[in-house]
Amino acid sequence: MSTTAAETRATRTLHIEDVGMSFPTPRGPFVALRNINLDIRRGEFVTLIGHSGCGKSTLLNLVAGLTTPTSGLMLLEERELRGPGPDRGVVFQNHSLLPWLSCYGNVHLAVERVFGERETKAQLRERCLAALELVGLTHSKDKKPGEISGGMKQRVGIARALAMQPKMLLMDEPFGALDALTRAKLQDELTAIVARTGATVLMVTHDVDEAVLLSDRIVMLTNGPAATIGEILRVDLPRPRLRLALAEDPHYVQCRKEVLDFLYTRQGHVEKAAA
Amino acid sequence: MSSVTTFHSQWAAGADERRSAAAAKTVPAVVPAVPGLRLKRLPIDRRALALTVFPPLFGFGLLIGIWALLTINGGSFPTPAATWDAAVKLFADPFYRNGPNDQGIGWNILYSLERVGLGFGLAALVGIPLGFLIGRFVVLNRMVSPIISLLKPVSPLAWLPIGLLVFKSANPAAIWTIFICSIWPMVINTAVGVQKVPEDYLNVARVLRLSEWRIATRILLPSVMPYLLTGVRLSVGTAWLVIVAAEMLTGGVGIGFWVWDEWNNLNVAHILIAIFVIGIVGLALEWLLVTLARRFEFN
Repeated sequence: MSTTAAETRATRTLHIEDVGMSFPTPRGPFVALRNINLDIRRGEFVTLIGHSGCGKSTLLNLVAGLTTPTSGLMLLEERELRGPGPDRGVVFQNHSLLPWLSCYGNVHLAVERVFGERETKAQLRERCLAALELVGLTHSKDKKPGEISGGMKQRVGIARALAMQPKMLLMDEPFGALDALTRAKLQDELTAIVARTGATVLMVTHDVDEAVLLSDRIVMLTNGPAATIGEILRVDLPRPRLRLALAEDPHYVQCRKEVLDFLYTRQGHVEKAAA
Repeated sequence: MSSVTTFHSQWAAGADERRSAAAAKTVPAVVPAVPGLRLKRLPIDRRALALTVFPPLFGFGLLIGIWALLTINGGSFPTPAATWDAAVKLFADPFYRNGPNDQGIGWNILYSLERVGLGFGLAALVGIPLGFLIGRFVVLNRMVSPIISLLKPVSPLAWLPIGLLVFKSANPAAIWTIFICSIWPMVINTAVGVQKVPEDYLNVARVLRLSEWRIATRILLPSVMPYLLTGVRLSVGTAWLVIVAAEMLTGGVGIGFWVWDEWNNLNVAHILIAIFVIGIVGLALEWLLVTLARRFEFN
């Protein structure tokens, strides 16, 4: 790394420095995360992976501002993160669409909040329709969440997050509840959307293939309690990445093996001890 | 209250059966070429229909039968036939007026409904926003909860003297009694509904950093609506229960007063008619609100 500090500051979107998180319990504080240090560059796709309960979602919630870290510093475009805000679009695991609003209405709620004061109604409508088109849901924009499939709901969630034009897209196991085929389809769509919009993404996953397929870097967390970043793996596969071709790509296989090795050999036994 | 709800759920189940019976009926119409199927389907159809129609009829028949048997030897209690004759006479002219204390049963019902509407409307106006505040702010909840727990079980009639004392008049006192008795289900159900708004929806609100007003109108209100309407339904039921008792004491035109007046006239047939009428109006109110609640279901 020969870059200067100023250059780093100019290209990084998110800066996490020595962040720790503990929750108060009746038996004293429970340390969930400690010594988290991570920089995410603009346009980078970073995934967080680790065993369940290791605090990946906790870390994502800290970046989302839904919880406040007990120690450390977090900067989003060099400004301190305080509380949640529409500059970070969050895609929740269980889609979190409001069931009484149509797909369009759900996107519109977000768009109206971010751009409502500056833009005309026609412009807001344009933004909503563009976001729904981006995820290929123009045809069911007037349907209620209860009337569409799980994959479509998640796509509305992505449209809602992207329509706010956030500085970062935060995704908490967005495809975890979907079947394998739908998941693969959405992964491909997400790749295309990210390529088109140049979005900076932090995504939590427990799926090794998903992590390698989508990421520029994979952040591997050690087992909790007091989890921290165990290793960061750079995935230098050229884009666009094609699912079928990748399966035989030696670098892909190598990356996959490294993540699996971290999860099941180096971090595997701790879980057994904890259980 | 519970008897009303169980009765209603049976009624709803009956509706389901009727719907499935109707669905079964359409099947032979689609495949008329198979006569065997048609012959087999029809008896099942009839059985489903019979099961929804006959038991309630049989229940009413049994009630009237026992009533007729018990009154067969005469006495002060009128027979079903005599009550029916009185009802026919009564409903032939429901809107007559012979002075302030002698008006048709239609007027009595309407006056009672007006009082219930006023008392219940005021209770909704105060109770629903109060429920929202209690559900949203923990401190307020802790502050108000013990008071609600204390006041909720108080009998309606205990509130009447307070109303008479404050308003110095019978009619506002009756409305006050309705108000104070029907407010609790709405406050409690709204508050519970607000507390049960899924965390996910609130997270959406937090991520978007919606204003408190936006949260209330765009997220809380739609999400709470089913709970709120249950509260409203219970409240209307309570209000209708209370009005009869309140009017017996306060007088004036109204179904409760009418019952008491007919008791003073020793016209038992009219009292029995009033009981049926009160029941039917209560059922109608309940049905109206259930229909309304269905429109706000989003799942």
